[in-house]
Amino acid sequence: MIRSIEGRARRLGDNVNTDYIIASTRKRDTLDEAILKHYLLETIDPGFAASIGPDDLLVGGRNFGCGSAMEIAATVILAAGIRAVLATSFSRTFYRNAVNNGLIPVECPTEAIREGDRLSIALADDAITVTDVTARSTAQGPPISGIMLDILNAGGLVAYVRQSRQWLAPNAQ
Amino acid sequence: MVTPRTMSEKILSATSGRVAMAGDIVFCKPDWVLGTDASSPMAIAYFEAMGGTRLADPSRVAFALDHYSPPTRPETAAFHAQVRGFAGRHGATLFDVGEGISHQVLCERGMARPGMLVIGADSHTVTCGALNLFATGVGSSDLAAAMITGEVWLRVPETIRIFLVGERAPDFAAKDVALAMVAELGAEGANYAALEFHGPGVAAFPLEDRLVFSNLAVEAGAKAALFPADGKTEAYLSDRTDQGVEPVEADIGARYVRDVTIDLGELAPRIALPHSPEHVVPLVDAIGTPIHMVFIGTCTGGRVRDFHDALRVLERGGGTLASGVQLVVTPASGEVRQRLTEDGTLAAFVAMGATVTTPGCGACCGTSGVIPGDRMNVLSTANRNFKARMGNATASIYLASPAACAAAALSGCISDPRGSTRARP
Repeated sequence: MIRSIEGRARRLGDNVNTDYIIASTRKRDTLDEAILKHYLLETIDPGFAASIGPDDLLVGGRNFGCGSAMEIAATVILAAGIRAVLATSFSRTFYRNAVNNGLIPVECPTEAIREGDRLSIALADDAITVTDVTARSTAQGPPISGIMLDILNAGGLVAYVRQSRQWLAPNAQ
Repeated sequence: MVTPRTMSEKILSATSGRVAMAGDIVFCKPDWVLGTDASSPMAIAYFEAMGGTRLADPSRVAFALDHYSPPTRPETAAFHAQVRGFAGRHGATLFDVGEGISHQVLCERGMARPGMLVIGADSHTVTCGALNLFATGVGSSDLAAAMITGEVWLRVPETIRIFLVGERAPDFAAKDVALAMVAELGAEGANYAALEFHGPGVAAFPLEDRLVFSNLAVEAGAKAALFPADGKTEAYLSDRTDQGVEPVEADIGARYVRDVTIDLGELAPRIALPHSPEHVVPLVDAIGTPIHMVFIGTCTGGRVRDFHDALRVLERGGGTLASGVQLVVTPASGEVRQRLTEDGTLAAFVAMGATVTTPGCGACCGTSGVIPGDRMNVLSTANRNFKARMGNATASIYLASPAACAAAALSGCISDPRGSTRARP
């Protein structure tokens, strides 16, 4: 289980939809993330993909990943070397897709985080704590728990299902 | 005594075999697991990586070739070959190129029925909720896991109740009301929640209109959007299936997190401005904006009723398209195209100079059909107007009713579909 992540904030706004993360017209031509990562967030910022550093973390505002449920929006972020996305809130489909692929969604207030800030994220059982080292501020959010934590700990949904070909938590009354 | 339950709580209880209340995590057996050509190639890759060898229940799995309909490149044609091959090998249902948009076909063939659970790797799967069932969008990996295990895990959502009240004006489109609903809720106002439609106004909308409401619900983040089943539901289904209808009703005393009331009598036509479906204003506020391309189609506005609405406005206005306006018409399914062919509607569009394309998603997300030119303004019956959505980041997309789209095709600018091109006070 990953307990901590450090990195540099790459600041995005509210309502970053999955078409902005990767355009449908790009994934029409290939599903190879090694190619698609060069077009990450191109609609918002054509120079973004080329500017990604080795420990960059995406920081969105409200409703990150809204719109289409396309899973490639999560896997392209991972392919670009980004391990976590922080946002004040996530669209439900993006959140699921992120967890299923081992991209860590961090739900916490992000208003105070600025472009380029150094971030330190601690994933504890009861809460996620994000420390903005540059701004010397902290924010907290709910932990990833239950079935989603199980999937994340397994290394993603592929590994989870591969282990048993079934869901491990049966319906309990 | 059984705790009163919402429609969603009842359906997720029945499909999980336990009492499922808002907030619970349940493992449910979907009645349909639905993939598209845009999501299934990845789902097949996940299926294989997960060690999948067979479908848990092939009779509950369907794939639609709708986003790349028809394919315009060897790469997309190869996706089609892959999905066709997989469906054939595993005994799943296939809706091939031209048969239509996945969830549209599921509805019109009577495959989606009250009480069912439908999961689809297409966010607009929620559309099926108009038929009194729980339908929700998932990604490709959840689709693959459901194909292998026959189950999906779901958090039972809280429910927002939408009351439709007041008298509906005859020339007032479902799209206008649905856009007003998205604006009222906001782009994430229904995130993680289900919508349930109530009130005397529900009866004013036939099934084809209810599909518009459920479809646009996801633009407010809704997980599902359920209508009650009534005589109109039965009438729609009786033409399409021999299966009996067992309506799912919400219990009196069921728990709702919010009530939203929409007065049909107080609404005027609406339009969503670029680049978000929540940027909704009264259409009169945008009158005069030049329009270069008009698109009538998609899972929001590509059904028979939509084309009839549009044609009525076009014919009333003389039927001559404004100079320089490209009118693109894409039926949502092969059945829609068939009916429009039989009743002469398509011929009328063609005679006016419209471009008619293969049934499916069409130009909506830039993956098939017509792509707008640089800096063009597009007026569309679709559900999303994100920048670059239709394949050109310099184009601006406006969303409105089929009637409003037709009015703009005649005048070359955003116009009041009720007749006047001047702003009303």
